[in-house]
Amino acid sequence: MAANGSYPIDRIRGDFPILSEEVHGKPLVYLDNGASAQKPSAVIDQISKTYETGYANVHRGVHYMSQIATDAMEDARRKAQMFLNAADEKEIIFVRGATEGINLVASSWGRANLQEGDEIILSVLEHHSNIVPWQIVAEQTGAVIKVVPIDDAGIFLMDEYEKLLSEKTKMVAVTHVSNALGTIVPVEDVICLAREKDACILLDGCQAAPHLPVDVQALDVDFYVFSGHKLYGPSGIGVLYGKEALLDAMPPYEGGGEMIDRVTFEKTTYAELPFKFEAGTPHISGIIALGSAIDYLNGIGFDAIAEHEHGLLEYATERLTEMNSIEIVGTAPEKAAILSFNIQDVHPHDVGTILDHDGIAVRTGHHCAQPVMDRFDVAATVRASFGLYNTKSEVDALVEGIKRVQEMFA
Amino acid sequence: MSTDLHDLYQEIILKHSREPKNSGTMDNADGEANGNNPLCGDRIVVYVKLDGDRIADAKFEARGCAISVASASMMTELLIGKTINEARAEGSRFIDLLTSKDPPEVADDDELAALLGVRQFPARIKCATLPWQTLAAAMDGSETEVTTE
Ligand SMILES: Cc1ncc(COP(=O)(O)O)c(C=O)c1O
Repeated sequence: MAANGSYPIDRIRGDFPILSEEVHGKPLVYLDNGASAQKPSAVIDQISKTYETGYANVHRGVHYMSQIATDAMEDARRKAQMFLNAADEKEIIFVRGATEGINLVASSWGRANLQEGDEIILSVLEHHSNIVPWQIVAEQTGAVIKVVPIDDAGIFLMDEYEKLLSEKTKMVAVTHVSNALGTIVPVEDVICLAREKDACILLDGCQAAPHLPVDVQALDVDFYVFSGHKLYGPSGIGVLYGKEALLDAMPPYEGGGEMIDRVTFEKTTYAELPFKFEAGTPHISGIIALGSAIDYLNGIGFDAIAEHEHGLLEYATERLTEMNSIEIVGTAPEKAAILSFNIQDVHPHDVGTILDHDGIAVRTGHHCAQPVMDRFDVAATVRASFGLYNTKSEVDALVEGIKRVQEMFA
Repeated sequence: MSTDLHDLYQEIILKHSREPKNSGTMDNADGEANGNNPLCGDRIVVYVKLDGDRIADAKFEARGCAISVASASMMTELLIGKTINEARAEGSRFIDLLTSKDPPEVADDDELAALLGVRQFPARIKCATLPWQTLAAAMDGSETEVTTE
């Protein structure tokens, strides 16, 4: 809870209908926000409202409903622009999620800019979706992937990164916050150092966007991606931010309707940004509802959210540290509200099943970050990830649940 | 704790997972196969030694949960000494027991009855079946990795 006690937790919890559901006869304790966050009524209602009062295809019709839907969608684009403090709304490309955003950049920017022997720098912390697209483009272009290691606490090793950087470095693609460990990467320094070599920078903001304010201009980052569903918005929608000059120079990713200027069988010219990268009918209701999610977050305020979540992380870390036979995986001093751990001699899946029985939802497994698991020589971890609606008593429930696991496996 | 968790984590299962039978590697195995659950990263290797068409010995190395380790342990105990055809039939019966739509009927002295609690936990059925599928591949001499997906 916020130190000043003014964080309106009861009202906030009331905004999320699913939080009053029961699971196996127990109140739902939802600690899997890192995988996907729950939705406030403002988002849920907006989806119905779009279909009930303002829906048609966008950017095509001359009729009233098409105009209403188009305006609402473009309004959401401006909200996303302000959310990231992008210089221009043209720089906001709606995609299915972070995965599609990264694939778009790897494929479109990568194939146009990478040559044999060029280097792409990633880190051990990456989610598979910020590894595999680069491997695919490396395979196609002959570019080479270099990986920044982490230390035993899960900290990104800046001096090792510096050693990897060279004139050959063309792209640095790293996560802003690690989904498996919670480590916040000092991206300002990462970007500064990359600039010295004229490398391009993509940040995977999936886990950062729900926790900290992001300012792409202050960061001077080239590409930034996040997924709507982790930001209390709908699934199936996300944002790719790219600097206008870079996006302008990139070839289209997919071809189709919406992204063209004029089509003949001899030659097709492409639409202006952002539409060049938005082929086909978009996820209209999802985009509009993502705008509502951003409004909702702004209504609470990022400082308050960050303070609340940090309080939960500190409390949970303290309580788990006091317990016997618990190993916390990822102990960087700068962390977002993610706590990965293992219980000695109990496999995470068994932990997950037993906690679920108490209504506690945690993620167990490799979190799509197998290089992180390999780094710590574990197959999997249990991960509790906190959101803006979680409470200390939910942390207490987790602790009680862990005790029951330990009793059962004693 | 409510009853169904106890159905899953019965004492016999916990015992097998703590002190698995036939866990370890095998030199000069006649068959060997890898099993992988890509969703969770769990892995198992199953080895068999044959004497004619009979399983003379079976061993496994697993990095997995209590359910998969217990299932592998019980499987090796049950199948060592059986013919390949008998082992295959037991394997199919076991997978049927866990995945059939209607609740299965099992005899009181059926060694596999302890694993039936898994039926109530659909997310965990693959944990229990992976060792058996991997053993089948080891007997086939199949080179391809068995995966749950
Ligand atoms: C750090 C990180 N990057 C990328 C992704 C992929 O996001 P999505 O599946 O929404 O495309 C995730 C989500 O699991 C993530 O946590």
